[in-house]
Amino acid sequence: MPLPLDLVANVVVAGLLAGLVYGLAALGLSVIFGVVRVVNFAHGEMMTAAMYLAIVLVGLTGLDPLVAAVPVGAILFVFGYALQRGLINPFVTRPEHTQFMLLVAIAIILVNVQLMVFGPNARNVQVDYALDSFEIGPLIVDKVRVYAAAAAVLAAASLFAFFRRTLVGKSIRACADNYLGAQVVGLNVKRLYALTFGIGAACVGAAGCMLLLLVDVTPVQGPAYTLLAFIIVIVGGMGSLTGALAAGVIIGMSEALAGLLIAPSAKSMVTFAILILVLLFRPQGLLGRAG
Amino acid sequence: MRALFAGLPPRALVVLVIVAALLLGAPLMVDAYVLSVLILCLYFAYTGQAWNIMMGFAGQLSLGHSLYVGLGAYAAAALFVHFSVNPWLGALAAIAICTAAGLVIGFLAFRFGIAGVYFAILTIAFSEFTRIGFDHWTWLGGSGGFFLPVKERGVTDLATLRGPPVMFYYAILALTVGALALSRLLLASRLGYYWRAIREDEEAAQALGIDTFRYKMIAVGLSAAMTSLAGVFFAFYYNNLFPEQIFSMGRSIEIILGPIIGGLGTLAGPIVGAFVLTPLADGITEIMQLLGIDTPGVKQVFYGVCLLLVVVFLPHGIWPAIARRLGFAPH
Repeated sequence: MPLPLDLVANVVVAGLLAGLVYGLAALGLSVIFGVVRVVNFAHGEMMTAAMYLAIVLVGLTGLDPLVAAVPVGAILFVFGYALQRGLINPFVTRPEHTQFMLLVAIAIILVNVQLMVFGPNARNVQVDYALDSFEIGPLIVDKVRVYAAAAAVLAAASLFAFFRRTLVGKSIRACADNYLGAQVVGLNVKRLYALTFGIGAACVGAAGCMLLLLVDVTPVQGPAYTLLAFIIVIVGGMGSLTGALAAGVIIGMSEALAGLLIAPSAKSMVTFAILILVLLFRPQGLLGRAG
Repeated sequence: MRALFAGLPPRALVVLVIVAALLLGAPLMVDAYVLSVLILCLYFAYTGQAWNIMMGFAGQLSLGHSLYVGLGAYAAAALFVHFSVNPWLGALAAIAICTAAGLVIGFLAFRFGIAGVYFAILTIAFSEFTRIGFDHWTWLGGSGGFFLPVKERGVTDLATLRGPPVMFYYAILALTVGALALSRLLLASRLGYYWRAIREDEEAAQALGIDTFRYKMIAVGLSAAMTSLAGVFFAFYYNNLFPEQIFSMGRSIEIILGPIIGGLGTLAGPIVGAFVLTPLADGITEIMQLLGIDTPGVKQVFYGVCLLLVVVFLPHGIWPAIARRLGFAPH
């Protein structure tokens, strides 16, 4: 049975827009790994925490979730900064498996605190434009997706600008390039690492608010989001910011297509298959630098 | 036999004998509930021991060991249910399948120079991929689960692994002791030294002429084969298999918590870790029930905090700290 082309096109566009939001979440992971060299195994758990924060904030103030992304991002920034400064920093030079255990412990605590506070049921937010859509020729695109994707692109663009244009952004990149060199020229590496972790957390926090327009949230989804962010970062190339966005789009579209062509429950299988192929044939990632 | 106990200080031997006697006699002394906790402790001690060979000895971080538990469990259970194949033969099939799976993953990873975090994520990807595959494999029950026929539990039938919990207790105890003995022999062997050389500095090991690819493959294959038996045990002890549970990343993490908390790369670490963590988790449940708290998540938060404290304050694990106090030769 050939699928109608406009249906496929609609699904691809929907996947692409969701993929941009995934990309922003993965960007946070990529920034942290690229600079601090610690793999944030609690990334998805931080995202669901941000989603719950957004639900509370929207409930209290009636803000739009996309506007709530700003305060939620700020809260996550403080959380990430404090986490790196207080807990993770001594682990920066320790073996990978020790870092992994530390972050797994943090992830377990985060998931279950959410479970205690919000219960196991799925939550979401209601916006009055939830069912509206734009019609562009044969394409029917949900408004929520367009707005969420636009917000993600805006956030990613400001992050790029921050790293390219500001002195702090440049110092962070210096730390990533040459740890010793950064110390020699007098940069406060400890503080810059904490800032970086905060920025990564803010990214995933903002992405969580945007994703809230598209999906429900439950506490137990955290690990799945962690994995998704990983896959995107590896497919795009660890440390490559454009790679993370591009891979987010690829994964978003492949998820949507797999949901249509195979079965919705099998969509992450395609994602894992892509990861395995990329790891085997282009381990540095699609846009990563070799070596 | 001699190689097994060579070099152990006398007081370590005494402790070993006491622990062995306690474990052998335990079913006579404890009730059904404590026995079930002990079985779980030994299960994690065994899987931890198997994982420790790969990570603790050879330095290859696997976060996907639930893959081998699941494949082993499903292989033996499917052969038993669909073709009435004896579980002992099924165990051989499970070993073959898991060794093959481990070698394929190892070959792909090591051949393409994937190591560290990337290797760890590759192992997660394979186990998650398999989990979703099994979710959709209706011949094996799909996501609805796969069940073994439960017969009367009173009769011990070792041939088909049907029997009371005591039988399973001794089965998993035997596996754990076997794994410990094997690990001890391996550590003292040439292979064990090669593994530790690779773990400490792979490039240097290679420069010394060690075929690192080959020895890493042996570690993965052996670890997968050992883990598969835990899967067979799991299938016949619990009689039900759900892809969502058995292949989940959470299970992989449970497997590696014991050895890391107990002491990575040490012989006693996986056992000590399992015997600390499992009762801790169970004890928390008990205390929560006594206090009348049934909010979901409280127990896991406490568990997470304990984990955090150990990781922060005992970075080398519990066992090395105990061993030093007791005056055992540090490993």
